[in-house]
Amino acid sequence: MYLGRVLGTVVASRKAEGLVGVPFLFVQPVDAKLAAVGEPQVAADATRTAGPADLVYLVGAREASLALDETFVPVDAAIVGIVDQVST
Amino acid sequence: MKLCRVTGNVVATVKHPAYRGHKLMIVQPVDEAGADVGTTFLAVDLVQAGPGDTVLVMQEGNGVRQILRVDKLPIRSVIVGVVDAVSAS
Repeated sequence: MYLGRVLGTVVASRKAEGLVGVPFLFVQPVDAKLAAVGEPQVAADATRTAGPADLVYLVGAREASLALDETFVPVDAAIVGIVDQVST
Repeated sequence: MKLCRVTGNVVATVKHPAYRGHKLMIVQPVDEAGADVGTTFLAVDLVQAGPGDTVLVMQEGNGVRQILRVDKLPIRSVIVGVVDAVSAS
């Protein structure tokens, strides 16, 4: 799992079966100091409440789809928490 | 599995139900000498690790689901051991 900063929303009206109703957000992965790491990516929002500027945490790979209501869907990153506080 | 150092933790109120009751730690991968390697990531703590501890982190969802005995768990990284010593020549 990893931290990310939500940059914005992504809307796709035509998408794979099972992804209908799943919100997508554009996210920049960040490290513990909140500095950007790697390229921005699109993630499904399993919390359904994250929005631009939120600091979130995500789960990748197969586990991303397991965070959603429909668990056999083609996603490889999902937002699973909205961060209140990072202690280092 | 990866050798990491715990550097802190993350607190979230709004989260997937699978993460309720679990402590989410920030871990920094390290080499055999304890020097930082790569970037930090997050792992669920199963062994009461704390900041500064050197730990063993598994990053594989199937193993996590076996340990926690839950199907369809969206957790991928867990701390599975606190390391006492690493010896490398």
